[in-house]
Amino acid sequence: MNNLIWILIEALIKAVVILNVILLGAATSVYLERKISAVIQDRIGPNRVGPFGVLQPFADVFKLFFKEDIVPKASDKFFHSLAPIISLGVAVAVYAVIPFAHYVEIGGTKYYIGIAPNLNIGLLFILAMTSVGVYGITLAGWSSNNKYSLMGGLRSAAQMISYELSMGLSLIGIILISGSFSLNDIVIGQANWKWNVFLQPLGFLIFLVSAFAETNRAPFDLPEAEPELVGGYNTEYSGMKFGMFFLAEYANMATSSAFITLLYFGGWQLPFSPDLLGLAEGSIGLAVAQFLVFFIKVVFFIMFFIWVRWSIPRFRYDQLMRLGWKVLLPLSLLNVVLTAAAILIFK
Amino acid sequence: MSLTYFFFALLSILAIASAIVTISAKHPIRSAMALVFHFFMLAGLYLTLQAQFVAVMQIIVYAGAIMVLVVFVVMLLNLGDEATLANKYQVRQLAGIVLAGVFGLSLVYSMLNLRNMLNEFPTHTVEFTTVQAIGNTLYTNYFVQFEAIGILLTAAIVGAVMLAKRKIM
Repeated sequence: MNNLIWILIEALIKAVVILNVILLGAATSVYLERKISAVIQDRIGPNRVGPFGVLQPFADVFKLFFKEDIVPKASDKFFHSLAPIISLGVAVAVYAVIPFAHYVEIGGTKYYIGIAPNLNIGLLFILAMTSVGVYGITLAGWSSNNKYSLMGGLRSAAQMISYELSMGLSLIGIILISGSFSLNDIVIGQANWKWNVFLQPLGFLIFLVSAFAETNRAPFDLPEAEPELVGGYNTEYSGMKFGMFFLAEYANMATSSAFITLLYFGGWQLPFSPDLLGLAEGSIGLAVAQFLVFFIKVVFFIMFFIWVRWSIPRFRYDQLMRLGWKVLLPLSLLNVVLTAAAILIFK
Repeated sequence: MSLTYFFFALLSILAIASAIVTISAKHPIRSAMALVFHFFMLAGLYLTLQAQFVAVMQIIVYAGAIMVLVVFVVMLLNLGDEATLANKYQVRQLAGIVLAGVFGLSLVYSMLNLRNMLNEFPTHTVEFTTVQAIGNTLYTNYFVQFEAIGILLTAAIVGAVMLAKRKIM
């Protein structure tokens, strides 16, 4: 019993720290997005608040906090308030199973860096959370009682259901190779540059495209296509409720980057043997080094997401559906068969 | 009181409460969302039984796929309150009440006899806590049943394609 309380306290402390890291990360991605888009479009970007404008995202959030929260009269009040909570909650909940580094050993006890990185259903947990994330956007669209919002919400639901299939199927290759659903086991299996991206190039491409569609980012940002839908599902949102959708989008982008890093690019594995640094397994120094490696990889993929958004035009809706069902789904099935056959022959 | 017991009590109460909301809510969307909440509570109950895989499948399949489609359809049809529909289906209501009564009686009967039957439960159990254990059991002891379900699903998919496609060939 006493032991249980300590486990709960440990999880609570980790949760508070990780929550702050995510929100800070989301703010940083907003700043990165604005700066990189400025460079791509030959502008300067935010440069007034703080040195080089780094405090701009905080100014934005404070502005959103102080804005009036307008709820349309004909809307469903309860679901109108619930929708952004679901969106942000689901985006944050995923971090419960993400390992940020391996472990630190203090006084003979192993402290894993992450809330529950060894959960034996970690991968499935993330899929479950992304599939529930649809509700946030769909309910936002429906409860606003606005035709643009409803269209945006329905588009997003159709899009996420379609791409979830190929995303889940592309992950089967990884599961077959590592033989585990635990994210930590998958990362441990990728030591010494045995990154899954080399073993699963097709699976990686399918996963990457599906990840763009799942996070509703350009070129698949049809749920909020401005020229057709005003603002899509968040047309009728203002103040911090809009801010929550905004944060959820960036948190999802960070999640997808973390997920790509963990599954295909070796996660927290150092690019060389840890002996070179002279750090023992379980020491704090090694954990810090692993965290830095993980962090750099994640930031790289966040920048990749931003780069794609500002370079590639939006797909048309029928093109999106055709790509999902007629190209990615058969390819992901092919990937499963090829991987299974290769494992059967070479093992 | 152990933590498992506490969570069992909490999740059960919430599950029953959301089930009541599901059948009593006037608006279909409220009903559907209460059902989604109920599925989450059920998944939590499976977790207290150490059945992680079943818990996650509960969320992926029911909350993440089936209920999304239900919500999707309700939104597209934009169904209103049930009040206008109430008069149309009185016969069905009667049949429903009779069936619910029979089910309730059988439930009460089995609960009263539970003490006598406890010894008759088979001692042989199926290991289903981890994915590996489920896979082993499915592909060895229950292989024929598994394949039968596969055939059933294939037939369902072919049927769905037949219904949805305007022109075959």
